[in-house]
Amino acid sequence: MSRIGVFTCHCGENIGATVDCAKVAACTRNVPGVVHSVDYKYMCSDPGQTLIKEAIKEHNLTGVVVAACSPRMHEPTFRAAVAEAGLNPYLCEMANLREHCSWVHGKADATTDKAADLIRVMVEKVKHNEPLHPIKVPVTKRALVLGGGIAGIQAALDIANCGHQVVLVEKSPSIGGHMSQLSETFPTLDCSQCILTPRMVEAARHPNLTLMTYAELEKLEGFIGNFKATIRKKARQLDEKLCTGCGLCTTKCPQKKIPDEFNEGLGRRGAIYVPFPQAVPNKPVIDKANCTFYRSGKCKVCEKVCPTGAIRFDQQDELVTLDIGAIVLATGFKVMRTDKFPEYGYGKYPDVIDGLQFERLASASGPTLGAMQRPSDGKAPETVVFVACSGSRDRSKGVPYCSKICCMYTAKHAMLYKHKMHHGKAYVFYMDIRSSGKDYDEFVRRAIEEDDVTYIRGRVSRIYEEDGRLVVKGADTLMGGEPVEIKADLVVLATAVQAQDGSEELAQKLHVSYDPYHFFAESHPKLKPVETNTAGIFLAGACQAPRDIPETVAQASGAAAKVAALFSRDELTREPQVAVVNRLPAPMFSYCVGCFLCQSACPYQAIEQEEIRGRDGSLLKTLAKVNAGLCQGCGTCVATCRTKAIDIQGFSNEQIFAELMTL
Amino acid sequence: MRIGYYPGCSLLGSSREFDESVRALAGALGLELVQVPDWNCCGASSAHVLDHKLSLALPARILAQAEAAGLEEILAPCAACYNRLASARDALDKDPVLAREMEKVIGRPATHKVRVVNILEVLDRFKDTLPGLLKVPFAHKVACYYGCLLVRPAKVLHFDRAEDPQSMDRLAAAAGAAPLDWNYKTECCGAAFSVTRTDLVARLSGKIVADAVRAGAEAILVACPMCQSNLDMRRTESNAYLGADHQIPVLFITQALGLALGIDANRLGLQRHMVPATFAPAAV
Amino acid sequence: MTDSFEPKITAFVCNWCTYAGADLTGTSRIKYASNVRVLRLPCTGRIDFMLLAKAFSRGADGIIVSGCHPNDCHYTSGNYHARRRWMVYRDLMDFMGLDTRRITFSWVSAAEGARWAELVNEVTVAVRALGPYTDYRELALTGVE
Repeated sequence: MSRIGVFTCHCGENIGATVDCAKVAACTRNVPGVVHSVDYKYMCSDPGQTLIKEAIKEHNLTGVVVAACSPRMHEPTFRAAVAEAGLNPYLCEMANLREHCSWVHGKADATTDKAADLIRVMVEKVKHNEPLHPIKVPVTKRALVLGGGIAGIQAALDIANCGHQVVLVEKSPSIGGHMSQLSETFPTLDCSQCILTPRMVEAARHPNLTLMTYAELEKLEGFIGNFKATIRKKARQLDEKLCTGCGLCTTKCPQKKIPDEFNEGLGRRGAIYVPFPQAVPNKPVIDKANCTFYRSGKCKVCEKVCPTGAIRFDQQDELVTLDIGAIVLATGFKVMRTDKFPEYGYGKYPDVIDGLQFERLASASGPTLGAMQRPSDGKAPETVVFVACSGSRDRSKGVPYCSKICCMYTAKHAMLYKHKMHHGKAYVFYMDIRSSGKDYDEFVRRAIEEDDVTYIRGRVSRIYEEDGRLVVKGADTLMGGEPVEIKADLVVLATAVQAQDGSEELAQKLHVSYDPYHFFAESHPKLKPVETNTAGIFLAGACQAPRDIPETVAQASGAAAKVAALFSRDELTREPQVAVVNRLPAPMFSYCVGCFLCQSACPYQAIEQEEIRGRDGSLLKTLAKVNAGLCQGCGTCVATCRTKAIDIQGFSNEQIFAELMTL
Repeated sequence: MRIGYYPGCSLLGSSREFDESVRALAGALGLELVQVPDWNCCGASSAHVLDHKLSLALPARILAQAEAAGLEEILAPCAACYNRLASARDALDKDPVLAREMEKVIGRPATHKVRVVNILEVLDRFKDTLPGLLKVPFAHKVACYYGCLLVRPAKVLHFDRAEDPQSMDRLAAAAGAAPLDWNYKTECCGAAFSVTRTDLVARLSGKIVADAVRAGAEAILVACPMCQSNLDMRRTESNAYLGADHQIPVLFITQALGLALGIDANRLGLQRHMVPATFAPAAV
Repeated sequence: MTDSFEPKITAFVCNWCTYAGADLTGTSRIKYASNVRVLRLPCTGRIDFMLLAKAFSRGADGIIVSGCHPNDCHYTSGNYHARRRWMVYRDLMDFMGLDTRRITFSWVSAAEGARWAELVNEVTVAVRALGPYTDYRELALTGVE
């Protein structure tokens, strides 16, 4: 039998001014099932809460309705109070008399009637409430970080420094990412590798950090706190324990002309190679697609010269399965290539390059050892044109967004060029200058005022080659739209930042949402920038949206903090308002017929299949089963179920029908 | 094979040789040209800068005339006519309210479904038969000049690549020529400023001619009467601007193909050019 | 329709957007018609259209269903399911001869306090003009309750 207690709050004048609380409390007393109904000035205050707690004990209440403000305000307050009195907190509901009634209607009988109605609705619901208990899910305290650029390294180090195990997986042979390719970073013009390599080494040495390079995520199963990740460690064709990193094999490889990825195609490498001198781990890898032995069965020079006999031509990929509690996605970005620009030559002019290629030219460890040389003929470029916003903010190129970092790195490139060639001419064609970080605008002003870079506000409509030079046709819109034609020796396009190749496939493997540009989707753009809608998977860095190094590092630490919070307890507690599939005795087992419409409707993949077997092992029925650890309690499955076999605790069909019945 | 034919005003006037060469070539290829009955001016540059609805109504009437004559496609060799007809058709197709309004203006119902094609598209349909019909390969290095109107706006015309088109280059190659890669394929020649701002045409067309010469071309091939006229008729002015004396001839693609098929140069109207087409076969 | 007819409007709203938006209406002290009774659900995707039928049979003259804007669903896709169901249900209602003008399907976000008030007022006025929804109620009362 229901014994419901109703507590009507005046909230000072907030409710009391327009709703006759005493009258409401009085007529509620007559509702069947209500054994106690009072009103009070401030229900959420200490004395108010004490009133409730005492009433629970005194009247043996089986349910409580607090008629006051919005449940979004004080539901936790009153549920905690009720729990202290020994009643299950989920047997307490709130009727919203303030935001939905007293504050939006004038003082009238209709208002008081509405208040009474709202209370009766919740009383009927509470009669059908069941005691619920928070769900506990165990947590494996090992994190997986996907991506070994600065974001991944920072997040991994932060998590490792909290004392938790971390596995850092990077698909290229070395960690470091795009930051290792940069020559100097804005706004300080720090040497990029100088500030990065200490972190890379720390990552390799940290006792809590396991580095898996030249490896990719093959498969992910499970849920928050309880993931199972299968990693494919691609074969380097090397016994890493024997390899000392001496590099002899790389100097003896007969293949010399393979365009190398680290130098963005401007340099050459062999088939057995270390991506760059400061690579971590500093061990080579064999590029099977280009290796003479794999293509024609001859060579094996590297094996012959290796002093420790570390080369293993027959090595296979290895699959490793790990138990993981949380995942940080830090897979970074790529830049649009010059061949996407028909107006700039379809990528056929070697002296029209992108920003990353310029970084390699300017870099002391690059293909020209930092000397400014044109890719076509190696001559020093006397005039360089930098084109900002190449592809970004351009719907026709499919990139309507701003790539954020180009205004700053274009200024940096122009400055680097001028520092190396004092008498050279540098021009920047721009639309706007977006330099909003700390010391950023001063940096751009320095390029203009101290380094004599000429900024022209206008776009470049065409670039073509004439007599070995590039004719750049643009406009100067600040001078009234005058056409400008510059004959340049080198053109650097600040091409759009885009999501990394393979992002869509990775997101689908992880069940993480992504936007139309394949950047991973955060849970809330303002308040939850490092979480995804998939519990236990966090984001760091440019894989979420274009961003610069300071923001990436900050976000990586943020993601690490979320992981640490997750790992701070041995168990996860979750709100029990989850869906449950009903169970009945044999032979029915459940109203569920196994159609799994609910599974496809669930946005969280929280519905699994459960096989009911007979004693002889034969399959009797396949039912849907809700994983309480993943279910977020939206109820879409409930409405989808044809047989009403699934229901949500806290918003069950019984409860809602009961609410409706009172109206 | 038959196709609707819309010569337009310039092909009956200052660019008669384009019309002559199209008809001669069509005859040699077995293509029957059925002229759109009672056709009117398409409006060209003038209509669309003066009044939007006029610029749609004029082509709408042409399309309606073609439809009434049972023609499914019209060939408009003049690039401007082609562009105006195709743009109007696209606009009316996308906006049924506007289309109904146009029907009232032109005084007849119309579906605006007649397809509009340019000379390069039509000639491309014969690319397999051309090699067999070659008599005197047009063995010269050529710069194919497309001008603006054949490929832009790309969203309406859906024809070839907008920055580096290849259709004329392929036809030139089929005629035995060596098409060159050069920089001014789609740069503006100055268009209708030929009369009002001849100085601009001198500069713009001059640069086109200069680049073709720099690339090593022996002839410039075009598919637009305005382009031909600016590059050819205004040669004195553009040479003056450049301070040069370029004598590179400008031929319509139909003339080059016609010569390759052994058609007499006079039938192709080559004698009408200002800059002599000095490598026409002995028949001139 | 008498002058004193006041329609009963039942509103099914989602917790994260429309309920919060209605809270905002309250905090902003924007006044609206008091005929509406709001039922809170975790998500519009939870709404089984049997609930709407029940609401009508219990005397609702008008119904509002309101949730998060497309793409903003707290649970990612619940509002899409609701919208799709609504498409089918509306045709079914039509077919059965029920008055589809009495149901309003809308999106109100947590920031749209003023919009909620506007919506309630619009619906109240519209349903008042349509009069009491006796047809369905009579049907229900003669049947098994």
